Amino acid sequence: MSSTAAIAIGSAHAEHHELGFWRTYIFSQDHKMIGRQFLFMALFMMAIGGLMAMLMRLDLAWPDTQFSFLRFFPQSVQNDSAITAATYNSTLTMHATIMIFFVVMPILVGCFGNFLIPLMIGARDMAFPKLNMLSFWVGAVAGVIMLSSYFVPGGPAAAGWTSYAPLSAVPIYTGVDWGQNLWCISIIVLGVSSLMGAINYITTIINMRTKGMYFFRMPLVIWALFITAILLLLALPVLTTALALLLFDRMGGTHFFLPAGGGEPILWQHLFWFFGHPEVYIMILPAMGIASEIIATFSRKPIFGYRAMVYAICAIAGLSWMVWGHHMFQSGMDPELGTGFMLSTMVIAVPSAIKTFNWLGTLYKGNIHYTTAMLNALSFVAMFVIGGLSGIFMACTPVDMYIHDTYFIVAHIHYVLFGGSLFGIFAGVTYWYPKMFGRMMNETLGKIHFWITFVAFNCTFFPMHILGMGGHMRRIYNPTQYDFLKPLEPINMFISISAFVLGSAQFIFLANMIWSYFKGEKASENPWNANTLEWSAPSPPGHGNWPGPIPAVYRGPYEYSSPESEADHLPQWQVVEHATAAAD
Amino acid sequence: MPKAKLAVSLFILSEANFFLLLIIAYVFYHSYPGAGPTAATALNPLRTGLFSILLFASSATMIMAAAGYRARAHRATLWWLLATVMLGALFLCGQALEYAGLYQRGIAVNRNLFATTFFTLTGFHGLHVFIGLVAIAIVAGLAATRRLVGSEREADAFEAVGIYWHFVDAVWVVIFSIVYLWAIL
Repeated sequence: MSSTAAIAIGSAHAEHHELGFWRTYIFSQDHKMIGRQFLFMALFMMAIGGLMAMLMRLDLAWPDTQFSFLRFFPQSVQNDSAITAATYNSTLTMHATIMIFFVVMPILVGCFGNFLIPLMIGARDMAFPKLNMLSFWVGAVAGVIMLSSYFVPGGPAAAGWTSYAPLSAVPIYTGVDWGQNLWCISIIVLGVSSLMGAINYITTIINMRTKGMYFFRMPLVIWALFITAILLLLALPVLTTALALLLFDRMGGTHFFLPAGGGEPILWQHLFWFFGHPEVYIMILPAMGIASEIIATFSRKPIFGYRAMVYAICAIAGLSWMVWGHHMFQSGMDPELGTGFMLSTMVIAVPSAIKTFNWLGTLYKGNIHYTTAMLNALSFVAMFVIGGLSGIFMACTPVDMYIHDTYFIVAHIHYVLFGGSLFGIFAGVTYWYPKMFGRMMNETLGKIHFWITFVAFNCTFFPMHILGMGGHMRRIYNPTQYDFLKPLEPINMFISISAFVLGSAQFIFLANMIWSYFKGEKASENPWNANTLEWSAPSPPGHGNWPGPIPAVYRGPYEYSSPESEADHLPQWQVVEHATAAAD
Repeated sequence: MPKAKLAVSLFILSEANFFLLLIIAYVFYHSYPGAGPTAATALNPLRTGLFSILLFASSATMIMAAAGYRARAHRATLWWLLATVMLGALFLCGQALEYAGLYQRGIAVNRNLFATTFFTLTGFHGLHVFIGLVAIAIVAGLAATRRLVGSEREADAFEAVGIYWHFVDAVWVVIFSIVYLWAIL
């Protein structure tokens, strides 16, 4: 009933008159343009976040060394052409903050969420197009606030992305005053942006699915984005609370987290990680959804265990609320409580393993096409497994006590966040590029980018496990000041060189995006012969997505190699005369 | 569910989590607020209780306004909306008086952990009451200028504002119980 109403509203919407430049490209209310805006903003931020990573690696390989080119950077990044302890702390804080909040989240949730949800469920646009526009622009303001902290006295925040109090609560501890305030304000503003997005996604998915698009006919990426939006909805207020209290401590003279006035620093950790752990899944669930789409399409097989995949997403999301304590084993926790958190954390391995098993089950005996998107998706699965396994080490309290706050943690986070989310992003951008921009991405450049990235990524992050086992601290600007870390310096050097290769390789991806935009092969409606609904729209879809009526849906999203069809795919929107009743 | 109603319900879920954490922070520090005022010594549950009744009553007037709207009795709707705004505003005045009284006794947000958590919790609630009042005042303004047309979308928006207002009220039931009633137990 509600979907017919949505169609009626949608077709009225589609008859919009031609919009001017500002309404089309800047203050657009079209979900596809907003999705692309999020993508471009995130790519810009990725360049800055990546540069921060390069600076850190430069310093770790050659600590306390002057490099003449560093003098072109603002004073908050270098001092006398060298990276100092203070600027290193800001650099690592900003690298993590930018990558998490301004790259991975905007691309996975902002870009793919906006672009894919209406197209894949069969809607003309989001439920609230104006709110959607506002969500992007509020997010952009947050980005500007964050970057402006490079230019205030004291430089940007330097207490790490976790901003543990009291380090973050008292300006003299880090030597950063306004940088940290701006950090808090920026993330609060970004939270408002994400909240508007989350409400919009959930409302759209619940209310605006086309005829026949039952919940259990939705593609897995839509399921993943739906559950992610619910996590965002519930997790963001937690972060907002924590940040508001931290700001009061910094600016209002309160003592929420300051022992001097009776406050408890551990309250910050509880609040932060109660947000922080669901946040981890906010950054990986959409990538899992993307990988599911691509693996099914290029294996030419139905996804193995569709319902199990959906339930696994829900289970991961539910469990993510019960595991925050595993970040705090070393913070002074009752060992029995710690055991509880250890067990609940290990339980998450079960739905994660179900997903991995099902991806492998989908690949098994499939007719695999090794396109760039597929290579990236496969690499997502492989790297996610490595990151997941190293996660089990940390979940185990006795092991965590040894590897806590070492490079082992850094290796783990990058295996799930770079190896996981970022390969998912590369896969997703390559896969949906034809729908977004109407042209195919260049496969040769894509494969060159993939292989260099894949090798350099592993050369960069795998040795970090070894550094961590050797006791290399997680946040240290000059490891050579400790004798026991000096033998590890060649590994640090190797990691840095690999990281420079990894960083440079991303220009190939960027070049491919730009080149393909102008010179890429024109994309047909359904270049991958995929089944999901977005491939029934023109490439790129116009305002209102479908020129005619919205197609109805007759079956699940993964009917590849179906006996009902001559072709090896059977799209969701295709009518098969004799078998419509038996579908689903 | 109509989309505005659904969106506001989702927003309320998020807000509920926000208030839950502020309440946890209040309860967390309740047993050791540090030297200085406590809920038992600083607050006047009776006076705040009287102002709270005004806020609770405003939920009832909002229900009457919604009933009037559904019956297309636009004059009644307008008067009930104005009554809601009035009651809500009186509640905020009560809160302002309370804050001023505390401030005169030297109890400000940075005094001790009781004061910190008390002002944070009730202050954020006051902000939400204010936002709700603005929303209701806008609806009342539309009613006063006879711009309510009775469309499906408008009914949806009207109900969404109502849900939000009842939520703000319900949160105060919890806050009043925990902050004020716990103080006199």
